[in-house]
Amino acid sequence: MKLTSLILGVALAATVIVRADDITVKGSDTMVILGQKWAETYMKKNAGTTVQVTGGGSGTGIAALLNGTTDICNSSRSMKPKEVTTFVQQFKVRPHEYKTCLDALSVYVHKSNPIEKLSFPQLEGIFTGKITNWKAIGGPDAPISLYGRENSSGTYEFFKEHVLNKKDFAAATKTMPGTAAVIQGVAKDAAGIGYGGIAYGEGVKSIKVSKTEGGSAIEPKEATVLDGTYPISRYLFNYVSPAKDNGAVADYISWCLSDEGQSVVKDVGYFPLPKNLR
Amino acid sequence: MIERLTTNSVVLPKAQRRRTPRRRWAEWVIERGIFLISLSVILMVFLIFAFVAREALPVIFCKTNNARLESQLTEAQITALPADKLAKYLGVTDAELRSYDAGTVRTLIELRAEEVQQTSSPDSRINTTSWSWLLHPRQWVGYDKPEYIWQPVGEIPKYNIIPLFVGSLKATLVALLFSVPLGVGAAIYVSQLAKPSVREILKPVIELLSGIPSVVLGFFALLTLASLLQGLFHCGSRLNAVVAGVALGLTVIPVIFTISEDALTSVPRGYGQAALALGAAPWQVAWQIVLPAALPGVFAACVLGFGRAIGETMIVLMASGNASIMSISAFDSCRTITATIAAELAEVVFGGNHYRILFLLGAMLFAVTFATNLIGDIVVHRLKRRLEGRA
Repeated sequence: MKLTSLILGVALAATVIVRADDITVKGSDTMVILGQKWAETYMKKNAGTTVQVTGGGSGTGIAALLNGTTDICNSSRSMKPKEVTTFVQQFKVRPHEYKTCLDALSVYVHKSNPIEKLSFPQLEGIFTGKITNWKAIGGPDAPISLYGRENSSGTYEFFKEHVLNKKDFAAATKTMPGTAAVIQGVAKDAAGIGYGGIAYGEGVKSIKVSKTEGGSAIEPKEATVLDGTYPISRYLFNYVSPAKDNGAVADYISWCLSDEGQSVVKDVGYFPLPKNLR
Repeated sequence: MIERLTTNSVVLPKAQRRRTPRRRWAEWVIERGIFLISLSVILMVFLIFAFVAREALPVIFCKTNNARLESQLTEAQITALPADKLAKYLGVTDAELRSYDAGTVRTLIELRAEEVQQTSSPDSRINTTSWSWLLHPRQWVGYDKPEYIWQPVGEIPKYNIIPLFVGSLKATLVALLFSVPLGVGAAIYVSQLAKPSVREILKPVIELLSGIPSVVLGFFALLTLASLLQGLFHCGSRLNAVVAGVALGLTVIPVIFTISEDALTSVPRGYGQAALALGAAPWQVAWQIVLPAALPGVFAACVLGFGRAIGETMIVLMASGNASIMSISAFDSCRTITATIAAELAEVVFGGNHYRILFLLGAMLFAVTFATNLIGDIVVHRLKRRLEGRA
């Protein structure tokens, strides 16, 4: 009995020593808080593994994946063909892509603004500078004041690609260094409009969005994001080099996609993946 | 040792002869050491400039090209391509192409097709990184008239740097308009007119301004100053060049104040006292005697203030609104060079076009501040000579 427990103990210790792994995660600033929360929870359960999470932006993370300085790359957008090409040229295979959870953007206006809903064509007109007065879309007579994110942010690219049909933002868009700053700007500007994560929407009014002119406008909330009816939602990705996608790294990612990992997602303010996508 | 020194110093002539060579040698070593240290500082400045400029070289010499292939080739056309054409189509060298296995090549062809499909705009055939599109306006697809556009991320990256220069100059000009009268005025008051007890308090308090971290000032501008100025001027855009300029001015005031105050204080006391003895009022002395005599120093202070203002990053990043519009109105938002570099550098593809153009901006900013400092220095010397009656 003693011998068995001793052997068991040694075996356990050995696994702990063997599993003393370092996983580095780098990339999207949007995902830093989520990544750190995941790492924290995971390390509590798996004492042998250390997970280090840093931000810097999706582009930085992808660059780190390309030069091999990170194991996992967090990205709030899918890799561009150009980036995948560079990866393939270097490693001969495509990187593995994992959808880790859902994020949705909402469009905010000032609390006093009577506008309740906007369609994609209207949003495109507003943010590309074609519609310049609230009067044109049934609001008060005031010039629209635009707030957006820096072009380094995944949120910027996502909004540009999905809502503006890849058209340029109006030059007059005031770019703010974070979603919190966008909200703060809109909250103090009666004619302001901005966009950002749902998780941040305090002190301003989130408006309903419809995909087409006259289509049903959907309110941004968990139920509508999860059933896919809310039109401005996106996946947050993990990218891994296939050569590294085994052992501790693979365990970590599959844990993130498990029920336990997905419950962390909800705490941080994003939306867990629908079961069929895990 | 001390004993020997004292005894030596008593017997002067002999001691001097014995001691001088060794001391001279030590002095020479120390002198050379200090010389090398000062040289290394100059070297460092040049090295920094060289490294920044090196990253920008491909853009400066038009070695970058982001114009894309016109058409998408069909499967059959691609298989029929000779190796060198295929390599060109995929954007790799022949040697690289030979090192790939069939699967890799197939993946690369797929990706190339995806990329071509995504760019349908006729503007994609233009090399937007060439000097002409960095400086000249263009009527891009989807725009009503030729415009200066800084939109470095997107289907067609547009890198026109003119709006950024306009933005930087706008914020800097507002900052100087705000801080030069205040800084120089405060310096005249403190150095010439104030009672010693007042001076003892005022001087350190004004200099304390420079101790406020710029990020704190930026936050103050973003939250408090912006609302205050909007209430005052009813400007359309809450965050604009005036807000950023005034906050920048707060960091520039201590620079201008300190240097002007030094210059004013170092005017020989005799000038002022002579004028006072002839019956001039203290105000006349300050304005007509001391200030003109200290003008080179005051001018140097303003030039340094300009350098400080145009190089400041955090305040403009937070308070200027960062919209890259071509507008000379100070009540419109502006995007400065420094804020652009700070906001975008973290996300760019390392070694890509956007990255190189940001470094180009950095090098240009460096050149601008260097040139202003140089011109300032020359003007100061001229003024000094003229005031001393040597020109």
